[in-house]
Amino acid sequence: MSMVDVQPSAAGMTMTPPPRKRVLPGWAIFAIGVVAVVGVLATTSYLTGQPALTSTSTMQNTITLGLPILLCGLGGIWAERSGMINIGLEGMMILGTWGAAFGGYHWGPWVAVLSGMIFGAVGGALHAVATVTFGVNHIVSGVAINLLGAGVAKYLSTLIFAPISDNPRDSPPIEQFDTYSAPGLSDWLGDLEREQRVVISDIAGLLRGLVTGVSPTLIIGILLVILTYVVLWRTRFGLRLRSCGENPKAAESLGVNVYFYKYVAVIASGALAGIGGAALVLGSSPSIYQEGQTANRGFIGLAAMIFGNWRPGGTLAGAGLFGYADGLRLSATPEAVHALLYAAVISAGLLVIWQLFRRKWTTAALAAVGAVGVYALYFATDELPQEFLPYMPHIITLIVLALAAQRLRPPAADGVPYRRGEGD
Amino acid sequence: MNARLRSSLLAPVLAVVVAAGLCAIVLLLSGANPASALGAMIGQVGEGQVAVDIVNSTAIYMLAALAAAIGFHMNLLNIGIEGQYRVGALVAAIVGGAIVLPPVLHWLVILLVAAIAGAAWATLPAILKVTRGVHEVLSTIMMNAIAFGLAAFLIRRDQFGILIGNNVSTEPIAESGQVPGIDLGSRGTIFGLVFLAVVAAGVYGVVMNRTRFGFELKASGLSPTAAAAGGVNAKKMIVVSLLVSGAVAGLVGMPEILGRDHAYTLNFASGYGFAGIGIALLGRNHPVGIAFGSLLWAFLEKAKGALDNEGVPREIATIMQGSIVLSVVVAYEIVKRMDLAAEQRRVGRATGTAVEPEAVK
Amino acid sequence: MTDTEVAASPAVVLTGITKRFPGVVANSDVHLKVRAGEVHALCGENGAGKSTLMKILYGMQPPDEGTIEVNGEQVNFKSPSDAIRAGIGMVHQHFMLADNLTVLENVVLGAEGRHGIGNGAKRRIRELAGSVGLDLDPSTLVERLGVADRQRVEILKVLYRGAKIIILDEPTAVLVPQEVDELFATLRTMRADGYTFLFISHKLDEVRAIADSITVIRRGTTIGTVEPTSVTTRQLAEMMVGSELPSPETRTSTVTDTEILRIEDLTLETSDGRRLLDGLDLVVRSGEVVGIAGVEGNGQTELVETIMGIRKAAGGRILLADRNLTKASTIARREAGIGYIPEDRTRHGLLLTEPLWKNRILGYQTRHPTARGAFLDIAGARKDTQRIVEEFDVRTPGIDVAAASLSGGNQQKLVIGRELSGEPMLLIASHPTRGVDVGAQAAIWDHIRNARAAGLAVLLVSADLDELIGLSDSIKVMLRGRFVADADPATVTPEDLGSAMTGAGQVDESGLLVTGGDQ
Repeated sequence: MSMVDVQPSAAGMTMTPPPRKRVLPGWAIFAIGVVAVVGVLATTSYLTGQPALTSTSTMQNTITLGLPILLCGLGGIWAERSGMINIGLEGMMILGTWGAAFGGYHWGPWVAVLSGMIFGAVGGALHAVATVTFGVNHIVSGVAINLLGAGVAKYLSTLIFAPISDNPRDSPPIEQFDTYSAPGLSDWLGDLEREQRVVISDIAGLLRGLVTGVSPTLIIGILLVILTYVVLWRTRFGLRLRSCGENPKAAESLGVNVYFYKYVAVIASGALAGIGGAALVLGSSPSIYQEGQTANRGFIGLAAMIFGNWRPGGTLAGAGLFGYADGLRLSATPEAVHALLYAAVISAGLLVIWQLFRRKWTTAALAAVGAVGVYALYFATDELPQEFLPYMPHIITLIVLALAAQRLRPPAADGVPYRRGEGD
Repeated sequence: MNARLRSSLLAPVLAVVVAAGLCAIVLLLSGANPASALGAMIGQVGEGQVAVDIVNSTAIYMLAALAAAIGFHMNLLNIGIEGQYRVGALVAAIVGGAIVLPPVLHWLVILLVAAIAGAAWATLPAILKVTRGVHEVLSTIMMNAIAFGLAAFLIRRDQFGILIGNNVSTEPIAESGQVPGIDLGSRGTIFGLVFLAVVAAGVYGVVMNRTRFGFELKASGLSPTAAAAGGVNAKKMIVVSLLVSGAVAGLVGMPEILGRDHAYTLNFASGYGFAGIGIALLGRNHPVGIAFGSLLWAFLEKAKGALDNEGVPREIATIMQGSIVLSVVVAYEIVKRMDLAAEQRRVGRATGTAVEPEAVK
Repeated sequence: MTDTEVAASPAVVLTGITKRFPGVVANSDVHLKVRAGEVHALCGENGAGKSTLMKILYGMQPPDEGTIEVNGEQVNFKSPSDAIRAGIGMVHQHFMLADNLTVLENVVLGAEGRHGIGNGAKRRIRELAGSVGLDLDPSTLVERLGVADRQRVEILKVLYRGAKIIILDEPTAVLVPQEVDELFATLRTMRADGYTFLFISHKLDEVRAIADSITVIRRGTTIGTVEPTSVTTRQLAEMMVGSELPSPETRTSTVTDTEILRIEDLTLETSDGRRLLDGLDLVVRSGEVVGIAGVEGNGQTELVETIMGIRKAAGGRILLADRNLTKASTIARREAGIGYIPEDRTRHGLLLTEPLWKNRILGYQTRHPTARGAFLDIAGARKDTQRIVEEFDVRTPGIDVAAASLSGGNQQKLVIGRELSGEPMLLIASHPTRGVDVGAQAAIWDHIRNARAAGLAVLLVSADLDELIGLSDSIKVMLRGRFVADADPATVTPEDLGSAMTGAGQVDESGLLVTGGDQ
């Protein structure tokens, strides 16, 4: 069982290998994607008169809110590349938030990251014991860990934070990281942004968000994306880990200690989710632990991973998307969020053109109907109901899963129970 | 048969013991005495309305756990019970407050509306699962979150909300739509819909073990490939079981709404859905197991207040619940392996054939 | 170690190996001696304990008793890595390859220390590829390779690790005769280069063609070692089975004129429009067995599953006794009179963890004697399961044990008993004797023959060409989703069928396979 059931294709058909040619390298697809996203946002911002769509603060909020999602997504990659579904990321992240607040309160932000990581890793270790050693269904164990993680954090919070903060649901504020801005560059981009020139100001706003008030957590996040890629795809350790997710019996037969790699992967996965929790704590203002703070970001991280086809670059893009949906509502008016509908219309329009180009008439027609529908909604309303704004990432997650799921390639043995010595 | 019963009791008992042990350790670490904590919790049952609250909660948890169990039978994890019961309760309260019908018929209609609304909230995940292959866990979690948004929106005062005191709620349901309970005076009132949970568990037991539908559901869960070869339409079963699960989930809020609140208010309880999942795992999807699991859960939930007097945060009950679930799934796995090995030994002895055991799953 | 030492002592000596599993003894007191530089065959029927023995030699399972010597030194393998270090490699029957990894990644996995995972490894793979007859870019994804190439990659993996002693577990099971010849040519070359092979098989003709010596294993213990030149195939077989051999032959024709199954222009497509089945026409009559031959993966599975309604046809018609079933559901097709023995009983035929009587209900949950309306008839199901256990000789202590605890042959007898209940008019049998012991195999052949005699139409898919030729009244050869040739079982040989299966056969104007000719 994997998180995405791929359609039964010609598995086992030896006569015609599936044509799977990648026309463009990964970085080129990524670059085209970035250009397309900026283009759509700039156009929308221009046509609807909502500069907030591409403002510096929107970008900064995107980073702050996307980072925890990114880190959970990376955690998902580690676990699932080794064949372990980790739906317990949410619980591990909750443990991470508590750990970060505890460590941060006593010893400052760096220890917050470290202790968040350790708490998350403990959750991961628990998941590993249940699933790897005892062969419990991965999803069931994950659900149990989510319950347990929430319970433990609640208990510890009442026990330890309540006497300090007078509130069993909150921790006392912890010290934040100093942030850094690129001197000169940031101001120059700020000037450009204020000039309100089409496209240029949009790009300037987004870029300025990237280089202004940069927190070490962002640097850590980006480094972890690179680290994940290098370790999993460029080292023997990574090859062995991935082989456990593709065909653990084959790996076993070649002397790979599958249990070891699965354990490492799941613990690393928990550690990453824990760092995600720390990023969440450090990114909120004031920087505190709060009950219910994670708000399903662990699950959204998994969705980002699926969006990214179980690869770090794609997961980064997915996290950016969800972070943007979440961040926009903080920095912008409800009208600006409403303008996103317009962006959706433009995206759907582009999709129609692309599908027509590929001669996929039905898909094109469906996309066209969607575009018209969303446009009608945009036209008929002035703003989205306030109550739904916090759930934009969830709604977008559903849409993304519905659209993306079928073209993806999860690890072949993802979620399949494995026991040593049971192969033929 | 006796061996079967023993092994099916072994796992949950083992799990509860392990979880209790873990909690005892946590209590000792927090500087409290586990024995006196347990004593305080048991003593709490005799206090005020706690005993009746436990009975009422047991019924609610049973409904939630039955909803979860329906999905579990075919390895579908309907995490969306949380959202489905919220939407079910909200829509049923709105409809129930807007119409007036003769008694009995009125609340029957409300129950029906709740079930339909719960099923409707499960429809999108079901469709996404069979047409797009989206895993139900992710989609139902998203639907849970969106359900909160929907509830907040619909209860707005320019929508269906009205202000009563300083609480916003839906239009109260007329007396004809209220389900009378058993009044025990100062001990509280047992909800009339406690019997709904009992009936639901009975129907569930018969359907799962005695009908074609139950057989097909279980077969799909045990081996989707074998079920397909045996003529079970997997996609249909996924949709049907998710919708039925959603419909039962829609009823979860009804004992409280029709028996006590008579409206959907801002204070509507949350968390029953996740409890239901844990209880279904603990009770191994068996109606009797679910009933006992619900009772244990309700006891922990309602008696935990006593812990505050012992100087222990009552949240330890949540840890207890979480560790019960985790221990029980591990315990079942261990017992399953032991059973299979024992049976293979037995068959090996009985037939005298030297078979090389084939890997199971 | 030096080459002279290797030549001096036997490559492998197993002494008194015993291995017990819960309730069974898989190996007892096994003795085996393999000389360096020979092809040593290990023969035995399914379930005789060959696989367990090889797992022990390869370090996947520890023996309970006995010793292993490699190149004269006693060893104690804790894991396959130890075996690999001692120069032993294993090519598994079911390929141990990860589809989504490249050839390079599959080969270097676990042996990254030798040449890294980059260009050094690529160079080494290119050097070795020639000796196994592999000619492709190491960065190709394995999913793009055919069966024979996958096997070459498997052998390459073993060579890359520097193995000198290579275990081949049923290497020919997935190959057509021509590919078997190529494999043997490769093995002979490698033997000349000093490699030692342990060749596991139950195909005795092949064993006699390639082996230098043969050890027979029966019921978990070694019976003896013989020279291939000193025994006949028949003698070998009797050593293996311990008794007279059954044969799959069907004697007199019982074919009638009554059409039972008619398939017209049947087409099946993948979601991206590739044709898995391409315009198939087929008729099976009452009392007739039609056999389908083909290399695995050429559409046989898809054909069977489309007839059963598990896959949805893109075009064409399926008629059962003139009733159009093209749009019917699987359960409706079963009710209309199709019995179905799936190719993989553990995945498609049984609910392994459920008791036998519940397995009796599967596929029959809508009708007598296992159901009444929407309700199950549990008493009826139990009674009828008891009948099947008795009539079909299913060896089990009772009907309440889980299906998983029966041996493969007894599981299959249960499935066949079930699928012959409910008065079917068509029986679809996919690899009915795969993975069952010889005794059960003979019984299963008898059941198919009896069904045919009773007027059933039978569609038989099998990779065992002897079985196919022995049981069928006519044979169709399938290649790339099409029927490419018809063959008459009375005259055709396995070699002819093999040629046709790879597309090398010639057919005359009527589509009948030309037999006896070398292509």
